[in-house]
Amino acid sequence: MGILDVKDVGKRFGGLKALSDVNLSVQENTCHAIIGPNGAGKSTLLNCLVGKLIPDTGSVMFDGQSVLGRSPHEINQMGISRVFQTPEIFGDLTVMENMMIPCFAKRDGAFRMHAYESIAAERDLIEMAEAMLDDVNMLDKRNMHSASMSRGDKRRLEMAMCLVQNPKLLLLDEPTAGMARADTNNTIDLLKEIKDKRDITIAIIEHDMHVVFSLADRITVLAQGTPLVEDTPENIKGHPKVQEAYLGESH
Amino acid sequence: MLGLDKKDTTLLLIVAVLTMCAPFLLNPFPEGSGMAQFNAGYPDLMQRFVIFGIFAIGFNILFGLTGYLSFGHAAFLGVGSYAAVWMFKLLSMNVLPAIVLAVIMSGLFAMLIGFISLRRSGIYFSILTLAFAQMMFALAYSVLTPITGGETGLQLALSDPRILGASATAEGNIPVPALFGLEMRSSTVWEVGAWKFTFNTGYYFCAVIMLVSFFLAIRIFRSPFGMMLRAIKSNQQRLRYTGLNPKPYTLAAFVISGMYAGLAGALMASMDPLAGAERMFWTASGEVVLMTILGGAGTLIGPVLGAGVIKYMENIVSKINSDILHGWFAFLPDGLEDFVVAIIYPFIGKGWHLTLGLMFMLVVIFLPGGLVEGGQRIARAFRRGKKNEAPKAASTEPAE
Repeated sequence: MGILDVKDVGKRFGGLKALSDVNLSVQENTCHAIIGPNGAGKSTLLNCLVGKLIPDTGSVMFDGQSVLGRSPHEINQMGISRVFQTPEIFGDLTVMENMMIPCFAKRDGAFRMHAYESIAAERDLIEMAEAMLDDVNMLDKRNMHSASMSRGDKRRLEMAMCLVQNPKLLLLDEPTAGMARADTNNTIDLLKEIKDKRDITIAIIEHDMHVVFSLADRITVLAQGTPLVEDTPENIKGHPKVQEAYLGESH
Repeated sequence: MLGLDKKDTTLLLIVAVLTMCAPFLLNPFPEGSGMAQFNAGYPDLMQRFVIFGIFAIGFNILFGLTGYLSFGHAAFLGVGSYAAVWMFKLLSMNVLPAIVLAVIMSGLFAMLIGFISLRRSGIYFSILTLAFAQMMFALAYSVLTPITGGETGLQLALSDPRILGASATAEGNIPVPALFGLEMRSSTVWEVGAWKFTFNTGYYFCAVIMLVSFFLAIRIFRSPFGMMLRAIKSNQQRLRYTGLNPKPYTLAAFVISGMYAGLAGALMASMDPLAGAERMFWTASGEVVLMTILGGAGTLIGPVLGAGVIKYMENIVSKINSDILHGWFAFLPDGLEDFVVAIIYPFIGKGWHLTLGLMFMLVVIFLPGGLVEGGQRIARAFRRGKKNEAPKAASTEPAE
């Protein structure tokens, strides 16, 4: 049993079978990658994990509890933080405010009527947010309007916003999609640093082989809505079935 | 001070001084002079300034912070007015219980309407609130006549019970709203030379309540709750995936702004104890939207400014007629005088809406941040001008 267990999950959109018989288990403190060619069902699977979609069959258990039928904020409160394909941050707010919101969410839950309190009085949370910003080398940008930052900085900020909640599971949805090689390498370094520094479980959905082979401990290959193989990166590289379904097609 | 930082304290103090000195500031022209018609320092208008200021401050908490544009906020103003007048009829002429009941009632209505309307966002939310407000207007205007007085509006009568007060005064008149004996309509007039300043109890009562409302609004803007509301406007998806539920936050903002509207409605009824359905009409809801956008949505002082500008125009610009215009341009040759008057005439008097519309267009196109942004730009240009001078003038002082 892992921290995240996906059992017999299936999902249809009308006549299209997007997922069928998906079984996978993410072990604690590992980095588990899910790869596959376009249309393999990666995004559908991810949306089933975060409450955006409800699968037709099967179960998704996280930390001993089912996530099915729960709304995204409840799933986050269970300990799953998600990084989006294009960075989703609060563009109208400053970097520091962006960091304070997940801190409040972690401490106060999904809703709290703190309309008469002052943000400046929350010393603990401010320190927590500042320490996290320091970790990702963004402390000097704390008062910047976050929409005006570069895409790479937005990605770092989004990552920091997820990490400051100290999630049990960090979900990454193609974190390097559309990035230049240099930015991709920066992101890989950042993720490696995160992995080494803290005990964290990461599930990553990725297209880019370079990213996957530099980060993952385990890899699941998805093709046409079903897992093809699950193994270590070394074994996946040489696997004939994978070559055929994935690498063969794109090379 | 009071848990505000230096900048906000300064703002609050400036607003406090301005409202307290309003009877002087709004009456700059001597009585009987040609400019006296631009004086706005009479009680009726000053009361309207602060009451609509409260209405707009509350509306801004919803629209300015969360971005949810309600097109039916006048409904809560109407609920507040009716509740207050019923309190005057049944309990006593003291304004405090009337205000308390009005705020509670409008809060309850806001909770119900908000709960349903907030199931949608964007234009659908606006239309839902508009639909509710028009339904309430229709109910108040006809179906609920026993409660609302229908077309004539809800008025006080000599036969009202007023259990804690008197049904009629010793002289046989209907009593007037008061705060523990302090009559709202009483005024002290102070004549200095040709100037005449009026200090009205009702105005000062409303002004103090507006300052308290303004202070509370600043606290909300600076609170974690206010930050969440801005986050809702910015990116609801991220907020949800950060473990926060946007629904109760938006509903709370809706209820708070509904209660502000109810408070404004109760104050209207306290100044003049009658309530009519026209207060809930959709144009009244539109007016507060205009006020907020004109002044600057999402800014602290903007809505108050917008309310002031619109109410000033409504009462002052609308009073200018063609005779006055002819008086102004009498120095021009006859033909030219008629021409100039003919050009300006559509924009004054009953045509003041045209002026307002043009002003609104200009603000939205050139100053999306409203009058507040205009002020900030002027201040920045001023500062830049100073900085450019600085190196020439003061070579001994290092630059900033």
